[in-house]
Amino acid sequence: MAVQTAPAKTSGTTRMKVHVTVNGEAHDVEVEARILLVHLLRENLGMTGTHIGCDTTNCGACTVLLNGRPVKSCTVFAVQADQMSVATVEGLEKEGKLDPIQEGFHEEHGLQCGFCTPGMMITAAALLTANPDPSELQIRQAISGNLCRCTGYVNIVKSIQYAARKTRETRKEA
Amino acid sequence: MATEIGGIGVSVKRKEDARFIRGRGNYVDDVKLPGMLYMDIARSPYAHARIKSIDTSKALAIPGVLAVITGKDLVPLKLEWMPTLMSDKQMVLPTDTVLYQAQEVAAVVATERYIAADGVAAIEVDYEPLPVVVDPIKALLPGATIVREDRAQKDNHIWHWEVGDKAGTDKAFADAEVVVKQDIYIPRIHVASIETCGMVASFDKINGKLTVWMTTQAPHAIRTVIALVAGHLGLSEERIRVISPDIGGGFGGKVPVYPGYVLAIGASVLTGHPVKWIEDRSENIQADSFARDYHITAELAAKKDGTMQALRVKTIADHGAFDAAANPSKFPAGLFHVVTGSYPFEKSFVEVDGAYTNKPPGGIAYRCSFRVTEAAFTIERLVDVLALELKKDPAELRMQNFIPPEAFPYKSVLGWEYDSGNYGRALKLAMDKIGYAELRKEQAAKRAKGELMGIGISSFTEIVGAGPSKHFDILGIKMFDSAEIRVHPTGKAMVRLGVKSQGQGHETTFAQIVAEELGLPVGDIAVEEGDTDTAPYGLGTYASRSTPVAGAATALAARKIREKAKLIAAHLLEANPDDIEWKDYKFQVKGVPTKSKTMQEIAFAAYTNHPQGMEPGLEAVDYYDPPNLTYPFGSYICVVDIDKGTGEVKIRRFVAVDDCGTIINPMIVEGQVHGGLTMGLAPALYEQINYDDDGNIQGGNFMDYLLPTAMETPNWELGKTVTPSPHHPIGAKGVGESATVGAPAAIANAVVDALAHLGVRHIDIPITPWKVQKILKENGVAE
Repeated sequence: MAVQTAPAKTSGTTRMKVHVTVNGEAHDVEVEARILLVHLLRENLGMTGTHIGCDTTNCGACTVLLNGRPVKSCTVFAVQADQMSVATVEGLEKEGKLDPIQEGFHEEHGLQCGFCTPGMMITAAALLTANPDPSELQIRQAISGNLCRCTGYVNIVKSIQYAARKTRETRKEA
Repeated sequence: MATEIGGIGVSVKRKEDARFIRGRGNYVDDVKLPGMLYMDIARSPYAHARIKSIDTSKALAIPGVLAVITGKDLVPLKLEWMPTLMSDKQMVLPTDTVLYQAQEVAAVVATERYIAADGVAAIEVDYEPLPVVVDPIKALLPGATIVREDRAQKDNHIWHWEVGDKAGTDKAFADAEVVVKQDIYIPRIHVASIETCGMVASFDKINGKLTVWMTTQAPHAIRTVIALVAGHLGLSEERIRVISPDIGGGFGGKVPVYPGYVLAIGASVLTGHPVKWIEDRSENIQADSFARDYHITAELAAKKDGTMQALRVKTIADHGAFDAAANPSKFPAGLFHVVTGSYPFEKSFVEVDGAYTNKPPGGIAYRCSFRVTEAAFTIERLVDVLALELKKDPAELRMQNFIPPEAFPYKSVLGWEYDSGNYGRALKLAMDKIGYAELRKEQAAKRAKGELMGIGISSFTEIVGAGPSKHFDILGIKMFDSAEIRVHPTGKAMVRLGVKSQGQGHETTFAQIVAEELGLPVGDIAVEEGDTDTAPYGLGTYASRSTPVAGAATALAARKIREKAKLIAAHLLEANPDDIEWKDYKFQVKGVPTKSKTMQEIAFAAYTNHPQGMEPGLEAVDYYDPPNLTYPFGSYICVVDIDKGTGEVKIRRFVAVDDCGTIINPMIVEGQVHGGLTMGLAPALYEQINYDDDGNIQGGNFMDYLLPTAMETPNWELGKTVTPSPHHPIGAKGVGESATVGAPAAIANAVVDALAHLGVRHIDIPITPWKVQKILKENGVAE
């Protein structure tokens, strides 16, 4: 077995500059062109809330909002997010106050192992922005690109209904 | 009061949620250490091939690639093979032959994740393909390609295992009025937890200490395995620390030791750097251990009136290339001999033969206790075949035959002692909830109109909580479990356990057990698991054993503390300990509620004012060796409609009545049942791992392996009965897997019921639209 003693740090691939705003905070990062957005978040920015579950855009554990639209960050290059805004699970809680979606998942037991939860909540956030009063079927359709192996989805649906209700009530009060 | 402190029976919201909903969980891939390197693995494209040569030079030429490890490199270290949990051995890396597609061939260590992958792509292996055998039945025929040339025995037969009275069973069948026989294939499936497997291994050369963060359901057992496998290299058990951090679902898939773990440890020892290895999904689903793959022939003998008499089951078990199942040592076919289910058979004989094939190791669980789903599916399917034969209603046939409630504890003909049960009550509740009689009327009306609707029942009995030391061990280590409780001076408690949650909510439920036993609020009790340097030794979380075994240990450790606390209370109240009673979560002088001491007051005194002659402090540890297993049960009823155009099965309703004994947290139990039902639906209708004749996996990623989404999953309707376990300290039985065990038969029975008038008696799962449409076409009813 050959072991090299002096680690080299270059891979020889193209490097590019990316300007990206994550949860409202601007970042300028130089990355290899082939780096995926999820790795930019997890490795370069150290934000490990966004998870990787499948590499094929099926499981949705890596879902983030790119300019407000849910995308699966395991199949988006980091450079594609240049000059764009990214929202991740870490940005849901604002000024120490949980988002109604986070509250809903806790209150309705919408999570077990927690691995799919960030992607599931981000997808729910996008749904509720577009449709503040979704039907059960609309919720199920919206999260059908996010796989959960623990909960059987029943309580995830209830969690999102909780968040929708709470958001509507808060708006009414305001 | 129980509600205020969050004791047993209260739906306490989960403590662990706080970090998960903020994205602050700490999973293995979240662990980052200074100087950490990355490992990636080159895998075989062939299912069976001779390795003629491996050229690693191009990989090593890539800047950032530090090392490439091949099988030959492991030979001087005596690490090219490792023992499995089933007295077999498994290649860590092959030295000359690969035995299945996606088998590990070489490991690349590099400074970055992407560079490690570049290194893998640059490795050149010259293979000479060999004949492949993927079908275990063919593998057992004379002249079949031999998978394991390393063994002295020159065939593919691993073991024969049998239990029961063969001659008596054969006679019962010869004399029987009615015999039904059914071939049942329960296909190979994969647990596919959303988090794959991985490890960060960090070897400190100076003090010889190895620390690993690892996706494991059994950290203590893994520590011992590492010491046994690599002890000759100086890794001794006191210098091995296994940390199982947050785990993104386990379901049995994170019990075995995979070659990648061994390689990551080796790479860290070799380079002196921490090394991270994280599988991608295709590696996980193509190479990690599989579940099921049982080819079953089952026969049931009965009287004409429906009385069941004898059961005979013959099975061929496909274990892939290595017998790396995770069963208790004594039971190569797991607890499959609970196959007599909920019925009092007089005679039974079960035999299983294990076979090697050119497939990855199989035989681990899929959210089930050691082959219990295979058993429950077999008997519950066979009961429906008998009902069709006798033209009896399947609910009536079950009610007629159930082991009666007064027969418990019930000794089954194959040797198990069922602790408690009331099967008729559970089925009746399920029938009432779903409106069984009305549904049968509706079905008759629909059938008259040519519409396809079916109702399926499954009245299963599980066997969990392994297990009593007399029969249960893994690698010789008895399957006890443990809890340690320390009550601090301010009345707050720390609980450490030998098990490890992968989503089950232990931080909440085990705190509830302690709250109930000690009268401390659940919020004041911290639960910590998964660090072998701090937690007491235990065998881990799988086979629904956490509550039956570690839950019992927790209750008993708390009771030890309460015994001591009683003496301190007597001292504080200046009373005789015999005059002190535990009432309303406090100690009081008998009949004098005003003269009482809370556990908080007692805890403070244990450190500040303990009775002379008594040890100070307030803590206890309990290692619990269960006297028996527990036997959760339930009755499920499923209603399906079938689309005559597409053959698609649509689940209209599904009522699940579960009985898991005493319920600690109803919210969490419901969540466990929801998830279990969905993992019962999955293999019933969607999931299967197939191989072509060359051993190429069909469905080795999430594009081809169909996990149910929110669209396929129905709104499960739950009900419950409570029949406590008489031998468990709090009467709990465990619930994490019941639904996975019980659901597939209910769904399959419903589909067969919808098609029974066409002469259909059985369809192998997964019941895909293609299979159904083929039946509809053959019978001229397809639209």
